[in-house]
Amino acid sequence: MTMAEKVLARSGGVDEVAPGDIVTCEVDIAMSHEATAQMLEPMEKMGASRVWDPTRVVVLVDHWVPASNEATATMHKQVREFVRRWGVTNFYDVGRHGICHQILAEKGWVLPGDLCIGSDSHTTMLGGLGAFGTGVGPTEMAAVYSTGKIWLKVPNNLLIHCRGKLQEYVYGKDVILHAIGRLTVTGAIYKAVEYSGPGIAAMTVPDRLSISNMTVEMGGKAGLCPPDEKTREYLEKIHQRPFRPFATSDREATFQERLDLDLDTLGPQVACPPNVDNVKDISAVAGTKVDQIFVGSCTNGRIEDLRMALDVMDGRPVHPDARMIVSPASTDIYRQALEEGLVERFVDAGALVTQSSCGPCFGGHMGILAEGEVCLSTSNRNFIGRMGSRKSSVYLASPAVAGATAVVGSIADPRIT
Amino acid sequence: METGFVGKAWTFGDHIDTDMIVPGKFLQILEPAGLAKIVLHGADPEFAAKVRPGDLLVAGINFGCGSSREHAPVALKAAGIPVVLAESFARIFFRNAINIGYPVLEVPGIHKGVTQGDQLSVDLATGAVKNLTTGATFRAKPLPPNILQILDAGGLAPLVAREIAAQKH
Ligand code: SF4
Repeated sequence: MTMAEKVLARSGGVDEVAPGDIVTCEVDIAMSHEATAQMLEPMEKMGASRVWDPTRVVVLVDHWVPASNEATATMHKQVREFVRRWGVTNFYDVGRHGICHQILAEKGWVLPGDLCIGSDSHTTMLGGLGAFGTGVGPTEMAAVYSTGKIWLKVPNNLLIHCRGKLQEYVYGKDVILHAIGRLTVTGAIYKAVEYSGPGIAAMTVPDRLSISNMTVEMGGKAGLCPPDEKTREYLEKIHQRPFRPFATSDREATFQERLDLDLDTLGPQVACPPNVDNVKDISAVAGTKVDQIFVGSCTNGRIEDLRMALDVMDGRPVHPDARMIVSPASTDIYRQALEEGLVERFVDAGALVTQSSCGPCFGGHMGILAEGEVCLSTSNRNFIGRMGSRKSSVYLASPAVAGATAVVGSIADPRIT
Repeated sequence: METGFVGKAWTFGDHIDTDMIVPGKFLQILEPAGLAKIVLHGADPEFAAKVRPGDLLVAGINFGCGSSREHAPVALKAAGIPVVLAESFARIFFRNAINIGYPVLEVPGIHKGVTQGDQLSVDLATGAVKNLTTGATFRAKPLPPNILQILDAGGLAPLVAREIAAQKH
């Protein structure tokens, strides 16, 4: 079996599964953000008295933090009501919050081999730790909170094998953008993707998280990286439950499809509007003028990403015709950025650093784009109107490209900026 | 549940994502009636004003790709569109729709076979879809039993409620 199949078999309580099987699985960890407000009604209807296991439920706010208006304030209030009413103990409220997937990773809630269900499509990110992470909507999540179970169809498997090694100023983000460009937004529909090979083994865990995160952009149900010593180190001091033995795909596991990538020859990639699969090599878009640069989101708002953008900026200010917005992916990252002096360096360069929020990434609040504006973003979606006006446009790239673009005022190659 | 519908078709293309169905700036709306007023705003800002209850939606592949927002099927349902017919759906949208008791059907050939404004008839029970304007017929892919069970119950909440109540006895 593949890693993904092993997770579904174990959590489904069966010895073996094959693509197409429908399994009722026991969930290891379940998470919901503001969507929790939409769970009040279905939870009430379902009639559970408590969440099925408070040690396996994580609730937080991240999309509009702090509340951006009366409507989102009401939503947050409803989330707090939910937490009290159904006995949720792991709750990250404003000030202790972070973007949902980042909280699950950095607080050690998700372990290799877990089945992780989140009320958010980018729950695939937890595959970077070797978990089967997938997203559902609030009604489904209410059923998970009530029963601890979910039915899942076992997907086909797609192997993305990476040989070689990331070159300087090339990151996990470039790997996944390139893969999406090759496979298109339909390339992994209803598939479990496995990213493996020496290229992945040589990569940091945050790079793997960025890769698994964007699996959903090609339709993937989950995107797993084999857990290894790096995964163990990442989780060493934070894991909330004991590890189970790390499981990887069997040698004879069946992958219905396979894509081979050579990281030695990969340069910085950019996804151009209006689709995530409209991916070009940086040389094809360098020089495109931008109004805003956004460094943040669950894909690339980690401490490594902030450092990387600053390293490329190298003490130079944000271009006078552009503005730069930086949102650390969690309160812990924000604190670390303060401690390391990163916040000061951004402010000195003329960038605006927000506290942690999804806000700009989905056009929710802070950093909305006006008609005709262009943004270079480290986030994961460039859909029409994603960050504001239907007539604005978004380019997606790594934090290194973001740093270079910030100082030049147009899309720039970090290797020569 | 009502299983037969006749209505006028609105057609959309491939990859209609959840940001097109309910853009991020409207996510703070949770009331179905409010969502009906902005349904598909990202694809066509005038659509909500034009669509009439009973009209049908036809789309290409990967309908509902993108986020996990349940707002998307809620908005379509609240707009009075009784069923969405597409070549294929993105998985989270598909589950969300079924979970709120909203039927969505994968109908091979439907996108090419329907022009905006055509009259269609849909039979959920048999999966038979007919373009009454052109006479063309289509067949929806049958839904597996566990999904039919959710739809029959009127959504996942009533189904789970039954299971939980049964355990208590
Ligand atoms: S940062 Fe963006 S993609 Fe990630 S969870 Fe928040 S809104 Fe979604």
